[in-house]
Amino acid sequence: MLNLLWIVPALPFFSFLILALFGRRFSLKTASILGAGSVGISALFTILIGISFISNPPENFKFVQTLWTWFNVAGFNPSISFYLDPLSIVFIFVITFVGFLIHLYSVEFMHDEEGFSRFFAYMNLFVGSMLTLVLADNLLLLYLGWEGVGLCSFLLIGFWYKDPANGAAAQKAFIVTRIGDTAMAIGLFLLVANLGTLNINEILTQAPAAWSQGSSLATAAALLLLGGALGKSAQLPLQTWLPDAMAGPSPVSALIHAATMVTAGVYLIARTNTLFILAPKVQELVAVIGAATLLVAGFSALAQHDIKRVLAYSTISQIGYMFLALGVGAFSAAIFHFMIHAFFKALLFLAAGAVIISLHHEHNIFKMGGIKNKMPLIYWTFLIGSASLASLPLITAGFYSKDMILWFAWSSPKGSTILWAAGLFGAFITAIYTFRMVFITFFGEQKTEISHTPGKLIKVPLVILAVLSLIGGFIELPGTLGHLPLFSGFVDKVLPSVHLIDENILQEGIFQIIAAITALAGLYLSYLFYLRRTASEGKTALHKFFYSGWGFDWIYERVFVRPVIFLANINKSDFIDLVYSGIAGTTSFAHKILSKTQTGKMRWYAMGIAAGAVITITIIVFL
Amino acid sequence: MQLGFYIPAVIAIISSILVITRVNAVHALLYLIVSLFSVAVVFFTLGSPFAAALEIIIYAGAIMVLFIFAVMLLNLGKEADVEEKRLLNFKLWIGPGILSLILLIQLFVILLSNNTSGIESQIITPKEVGISLFHKYLLGVELSGLLLMSGIVGAFYLGEKKKKSRHRFFQGENK
Amino acid sequence: MNQVTLEISLALAGVLFIIGLIGVMVRRNIIFMLMSIEIMLNASGLAFVAAGSKWMQADGQVMFIFILTMAAAEVSVGLALILKIYSRFKTLDADSLNRMKG
Repeated sequence: MLNLLWIVPALPFFSFLILALFGRRFSLKTASILGAGSVGISALFTILIGISFISNPPENFKFVQTLWTWFNVAGFNPSISFYLDPLSIVFIFVITFVGFLIHLYSVEFMHDEEGFSRFFAYMNLFVGSMLTLVLADNLLLLYLGWEGVGLCSFLLIGFWYKDPANGAAAQKAFIVTRIGDTAMAIGLFLLVANLGTLNINEILTQAPAAWSQGSSLATAAALLLLGGALGKSAQLPLQTWLPDAMAGPSPVSALIHAATMVTAGVYLIARTNTLFILAPKVQELVAVIGAATLLVAGFSALAQHDIKRVLAYSTISQIGYMFLALGVGAFSAAIFHFMIHAFFKALLFLAAGAVIISLHHEHNIFKMGGIKNKMPLIYWTFLIGSASLASLPLITAGFYSKDMILWFAWSSPKGSTILWAAGLFGAFITAIYTFRMVFITFFGEQKTEISHTPGKLIKVPLVILAVLSLIGGFIELPGTLGHLPLFSGFVDKVLPSVHLIDENILQEGIFQIIAAITALAGLYLSYLFYLRRTASEGKTALHKFFYSGWGFDWIYERVFVRPVIFLANINKSDFIDLVYSGIAGTTSFAHKILSKTQTGKMRWYAMGIAAGAVITITIIVFL
Repeated sequence: MQLGFYIPAVIAIISSILVITRVNAVHALLYLIVSLFSVAVVFFTLGSPFAAALEIIIYAGAIMVLFIFAVMLLNLGKEADVEEKRLLNFKLWIGPGILSLILLIQLFVILLSNNTSGIESQIITPKEVGISLFHKYLLGVELSGLLLMSGIVGAFYLGEKKKKSRHRFFQGENK
Repeated sequence: MNQVTLEISLALAGVLFIIGLIGVMVRRNIIFMLMSIEIMLNASGLAFVAAGSKWMQADGQVMFIFILTMAAAEVSVGLALILKIYSRFKTLDADSLNRMKG
C-alpha cells in the first residue's frame, strides 16, 4: 500500500497537465470532474496509506520511496524521492482532504466565472506542488515544491487578471515571499557546502556531529531557513503580502492562504528541527517573532472592515501561535494547531465566500447584517468556525490546540512568562475580533439584499469542516481532561517532544481555566461593544494605525520602494545601453562627415587624387 | 648645354601655363598646339624622329583640330564674361598650387637622387619602331584597334540626335 | 657635346604633368579640364620617349604610339559627351553637374 505513495502527488500534476493543455475545450462538468476528482482520489489514497501506516508501521516510522535520481554533480546527487513519516502523513491528509472539500466548493463558487478550467488547473498544480513540498526527501525537492506553491499563489491571487489591482497584489505576494525564498536558497547553499548533502535525514544526523551547539554555521543556516519560513508564512517582517492577497477568489484564500501554503514555513521548521535545536538563539527568535506577530496581527484585525481581511490578519496571528510553539520546542503542539487551524480557517473562508456571493459580492461587513435567519446553515457553520478560532472552552477543537500551545509556552524550558502572557492576551484579542466579525455580519439590521442562496456543493463542505472543527480536538486530550495523547503520541515518533520542567497536572489545570476565562471574556466584551451598541467604523488615529497593519506598508514604501524607483528613474535611459547606442551614434556621425566628401564635383575628386598621390609618394619614398 | 632641348622646354612650360590660364577656349587650344610643337622638338633632340612626327601629325594635327571643331560647334557666346569672373578668384589657385608644388618637389627629390649617365644621341629610326611594334607589341596594336573602334562607336552613338517622338495626341503642337 | 640627361627630361615631363594637374583642379569649364588632361597625357608620353631613348630601344616610342591612340579615342568620346552635356544642361560648368553627390 505504501508503495502507492507516488500517486498522491502525481494525480494532481497529471490533472493539471491535462487541464492546462486541453482545458479550453472541456465542458464545465468535465473540468470539474477532472479538477476536483484528482484531488479527491489523492485524498482517498492518502487515507488508505495513512491507515496502512498506522496499523502496520514500517521500521523507525519512516518510509522512503525513491523514484529516480534528479542529477549527479560532483558527488551531490539529490533524487526525486518521497518520504513518509507521521509528520508528512498529517500534512498530506490535511492538504488532500481539506483541498478536496475546497475543490468541491469551487465547482459551485466559480461556476459563472470565465477561466473555469484555468482555475482548476492552477489549483491542481498548487496541490501537487504542496504535496511535493511536504513529501520531499531532500531540501532541494522541497525547494522545488516551495517555488511551485509560490508560483501558484501568484497565479491564483491574480486570477481575475483584468483588474490591475489584482495583478499588483499578486506581484506583491510574489516579491515579498521571494525575499524569504532567497534567504532560504542561501541557507541551502550553506548546508550543501558544509554538509555535502541536502537529504533531510542525513542533515539531521550529520549536523549535530559536525556543528556544536550554538556554532555560527548552525546559527547562520537556521537563520536563513527561518527567513524563508517567514516569507511563506507571512510573519513579521514579511507579513505585508497576505492581507492584499485576499484579492483572489475565496477558495484560493481558503486553500492557499489559510490551510496550506502559509503553513509551509511551519513545516520547514518542524522538519529541520535539529538545526534549530542546534541554534538556540534562533529558536528563541522564532518564539519571539511568533509572539510579536500574533499581537500585531490581532490588533490589526480589530480594525478591518473587509471580512476577508479580518480573516487574513487572523491567519497571520494564528500562524504566529504555531511559530511560538515551535520556538519553545513544542513541535507537536504546533502541528496539532496547524491541523485544527486548517479546519476552522478553511471553514471561515469558505463561509465568508458564500456570504459574499450571496450579497452581490459585498465585502464590507458594515454593509452586511441581519442575515442570521435568512441563511441559517451558513450562519451556524460560520459561528462554529468562529468559536473554534476564539478557542471557546471544551466544545471546540481550537480550545485544545491553542491551550496546548499556551501551556507549553509557560512550562517548557525554553518558554517564559512573557511569551505566555503574549499568547494569552492574543487569545483575548482573537475572541474580540472574531465575534466582532460575527456580530456585525450576521446580527442587526440587514443592509444588503440577498441575491441568491448557495447550493449543495457549497453547503456540504461547510458542514464537514464544521463537524471537524468541533470534534477534531478530541484526539488530543490534555492531562487534566483524560490524557489521551493520540496525536502527539503519533507525531512525537519523529519530532522531539517537550521535556517539561515539572509535570504538574494542577498547574496545567489552572492555566486551562485561565485560558477559558480569557476566551469567554473576549466574547462578552465583543458582545457589549458590537451587539448592544451599534457598531461604527472608528476614525481615530489609533484605529487608522491598526487598520493599516501597524504601518508596515507605509514603512516599506518609504524605505525600500521609493529609493529603488528613484534609482530606476535615474537609469531610465539605461547607461549601459549607451555603449550600443553610442556605437550607432558614432557610426552615423562618421557617416555624416564622410558623406560630405561625396560632393559630386569633379574637381574635388581630382584634388583628392592629387592629394592621395602626394601622400602615397611621401610614404613610400621618404619614409 | 643643349640649347635644342632647353629652349623648347621653356616654351612648352610657358605655353602650358598659358593654356590653363586663358579665358577663351580657342585661345587656350592654340597655345596647347604651340606646347605640343615644342614637345615635338624635344623629341627630335632626344633622337626619336618618328615620335616627333607622330606628335605633330596626330596629336597636334588631328586631335587638337578635333578639339577646335568641337568647341566651335558649341557656339559659346559671351561666356568669356562669366569665365573672367571666376579667373579673378585667386583663392582657387592656392590649394591646388600647394598640392602640386609638393608633388613637384617630391618628384625633383627623387630624380636628383639618382646619378645616371646621359643619353647618347643615337637616333632611333622609324624602321626599328615598326619592327618592334609589329613583332613584340603586336597584341598591343590589335588592342589599340579595338580601342579606337570602341571610341568611334561611342562617339557615333553619343552624337546622335534623337528624334523627339511625341504621342500622336500631341502631334499637332508646336515643337 | 653635352648630353641631355634622363633626369632633366623626366623633370620636364614632371613639370608639364603638374601644370596639367593644376589645370584640372582649378578650371571649372569642362573643355579646359579635358585640355589639361591632354597636357598630362602628353607629358607622360614625353617621359616614355625619354626613357626609351636612354636605353636606345624602340619601346619608348611604341608606348608613345599607344598613348597617342588612347588619347585620340578618349578625346573623341569626351568631346561627344561634352556636346551632349551642353545640349542637355545648357552649361559647361563642372561644379553644377553634381547630381551624384552623396
